[in-house]
Amino acid sequence: MSDPKPANAPVQLEVVSSSPHAHAGTSVRRIMLDVIIALMPALAVACWQFGWQAARLSAVCVLTCVITEALCRHLMGRDPGIGDLSAVVTGLLLAFNLPPELPTGIAVVGSVFSIAIAKQVFGGLGYNPFNPALAGRVMLLVSFPTPMTRWSDWHIPAPNGIDALTQATPLGMVKTSLTMGQPLPFQFDTATAWQFFLGNLNGCIGEVSALALLVGGLYLLYRRCVNWQTPVFYLATVAVFSAILWWQDPLHNLSPVFHLLAGGLMLGAWFMATDMVTTPVTRKGMAVFGVGCGILTMVIRKWGAYPEGVSFAILIMNAFTPLINRATRPRVFGRRRKA
Amino acid sequence: MKILHPIRRPLGGIHPAYEKILSRDAAIRDLPLPSRFRVSMSQHLGAPAKVLVKKGDTVLKGQRIGEPAGFISAPVHAPTSGKVKDVTEDATATGSRAPVVEIEADGSDTEAPRLASIPDWAQAEPAALLARIAETGIVGMGGAGFPAHVKLSPPKDKTIDTLILNGAECEPYLTADFRLLVEHADRVWLGCQILRRILNVRTVRIAIEDNKPEAIRAMEQAMGTPEGDVAIVELPTAYPQGAEKQQIYAVTGREVPSGGLPMDVGTVVDNVGTAAAVAAAVLDGLPLFERITTMTGHPVSLPGNWRTRIGISFAALLDACGGLKEPAAKIIAGGPMMGFAQPSLDATITKTTSGILLLAASQVESYTSSPCIGCGRCVDACPMRLVPSELSQLLEAEDYRGAEDLNVLDCIECGCCSWSCPAHRPLVQHLRIGKARAMLRRRQLQAEKKS
Repeated sequence: MSDPKPANAPVQLEVVSSSPHAHAGTSVRRIMLDVIIALMPALAVACWQFGWQAARLSAVCVLTCVITEALCRHLMGRDPGIGDLSAVVTGLLLAFNLPPELPTGIAVVGSVFSIAIAKQVFGGLGYNPFNPALAGRVMLLVSFPTPMTRWSDWHIPAPNGIDALTQATPLGMVKTSLTMGQPLPFQFDTATAWQFFLGNLNGCIGEVSALALLVGGLYLLYRRCVNWQTPVFYLATVAVFSAILWWQDPLHNLSPVFHLLAGGLMLGAWFMATDMVTTPVTRKGMAVFGVGCGILTMVIRKWGAYPEGVSFAILIMNAFTPLINRATRPRVFGRRRKA
Repeated sequence: MKILHPIRRPLGGIHPAYEKILSRDAAIRDLPLPSRFRVSMSQHLGAPAKVLVKKGDTVLKGQRIGEPAGFISAPVHAPTSGKVKDVTEDATATGSRAPVVEIEADGSDTEAPRLASIPDWAQAEPAALLARIAETGIVGMGGAGFPAHVKLSPPKDKTIDTLILNGAECEPYLTADFRLLVEHADRVWLGCQILRRILNVRTVRIAIEDNKPEAIRAMEQAMGTPEGDVAIVELPTAYPQGAEKQQIYAVTGREVPSGGLPMDVGTVVDNVGTAAAVAAAVLDGLPLFERITTMTGHPVSLPGNWRTRIGISFAALLDACGGLKEPAAKIIAGGPMMGFAQPSLDATITKTTSGILLLAASQVESYTSSPCIGCGRCVDACPMRLVPSELSQLLEAEDYRGAEDLNVLDCIECGCCSWSCPAHRPLVQHLRIGKARAMLRRRQLQAEKKS
């Protein structure tokens, strides 16, 4: 029992407001913090795989994003607004989408573009139609194509069993071989798949380890920061699409396992296609969004000029978000048809 | 006695911190009578009652001091004997203004002659029972306060086949219905049978959430082996399972049409407290001037459940609970999800005050809202399957027609959206404005048509 001292504390009314008088206790800041936490395993793998380059790019992008955000808000005469940590998330995600040897200056340009042009120009967090990090990456990709596709050295398991050295990503090698009418450049066996799963392949610093991204993704699911519909429908669509291609022509297509593990798919499906602001609000809409991303990703990988299509797929689907929201409004309780 | 599972899982809904532990084990006690009562004539939904007494009159406990002013209205009875000190006007708990009869209690608590008991209610004319309910001023005691006799007399073209007794008590903190079920299940069951006779229905469902097993057991015992299609439905614990439309959906699988009433799907829902009041009116001839109210909250020294009377101030109830052990920063009539914040403890108990909740300063967060980040949590939480985020943005832009087209009028104001919003957006508050605007526009349209 609590101690029986006289109870005569006063009523010090703070506020008379309308209901509800309770709150879940969540906040935008907490959600962003969860995303940052979820990105940590992938950052660790990036640092292990690419060394200080990964740390350099991450630090540069995060710092530039936060400073740009504060500066923009100051110029617009608003509060700094960096406390919601969303600029940190954008910085990390942009860095994760950059090749390890990208010069610092280019990373700075990308970061400034992500925050100033892709986010604050539209009114800041909540109003940006496109994923800022992806917008920044795509801007860099078309503006600085050479440094943006210069990859590290990577030992690939060659078909003859002798490891070879390459400076391309697996998806890039496949695209080059196929456009030149050559057979597939390497065999994708279980051992290679395992290496891919762990993150031993060439690519942008944050996209290589499916395992690390999956751990982060599951954390986000557990924290209810993402809904399962988006990643599951995205990954499943890619798997089904690539399985059909593979089954029809195994000489010119790689297995669904390859497509799930290579490139930016895991990063995109768990961290970018799930961006709350630029994707649908209804569960059905999230599923539609995932399917759309999956189809576009595979179309670009198979028939597009670029070897990888995740960034473009998600950005294109971002543009459809308002339409998807409108088309997937639930049937209101007690009403026959949709609004 | 059958215990059924609900036919439908809840749509949307949330799981707030229930905090019922504070008062759930406190047995119902009689509140010591204060010397002053301030009885509002607006104890119910609809027109406030017309005052029947004037300054200086002597009144007896149970004497009618207000008469219904219209079809959707109810009489008001004196909660104790004494002298009418004044007849004034004041704000009700929900903010509208209504006449108030101030009574200086004489302390003797002398009762006016009661209405005759109707012990043979099982053979009595339904019309006589209905008249008794109207006469005794019984209103829905779950919170809305809809006059009970109106609900129980549906138009001829509506066939009612199911009576649901609502014992869900899904609002956090509140335990008044729970204690009533645990301690007086027999009275609830009696009242339920009377309601069943009035409505002449075969199917009766008593809906209780599964976090109240003691209440379910007590009800089971009280009911024995009843005739007909009678069963307890064990609802999953979720807010708002006690909301009328959501409860009908869970229990019967029927969807009350938009803009419609439960009777449109052959159903009447009454609160368990209403049933107990019906039993008192029919068997004891007692008008409704007392109810069970939970006084709770972390700052309250000894939270508890009290048999209170209308017109008693919140302050008197707090005194009975041993005052405050820490400062209270917010006073709420009702629960935290749909209750009404009060400007002071001078607010009084009405027929619908199921609870009084005091919150400490640490529980009263003030925050600024930020733009919608499109997380979709409000969409998941909305039990009416609206898209609160979109509606709120439309309403911020003052696009009232747009909000009306997206069914803002279907909002039941449960507050699940605001509760779940990480951007702390005042979603349900925006929707309330949208509803008010839509209603205003409809009235204007009607007025134009007439002229």
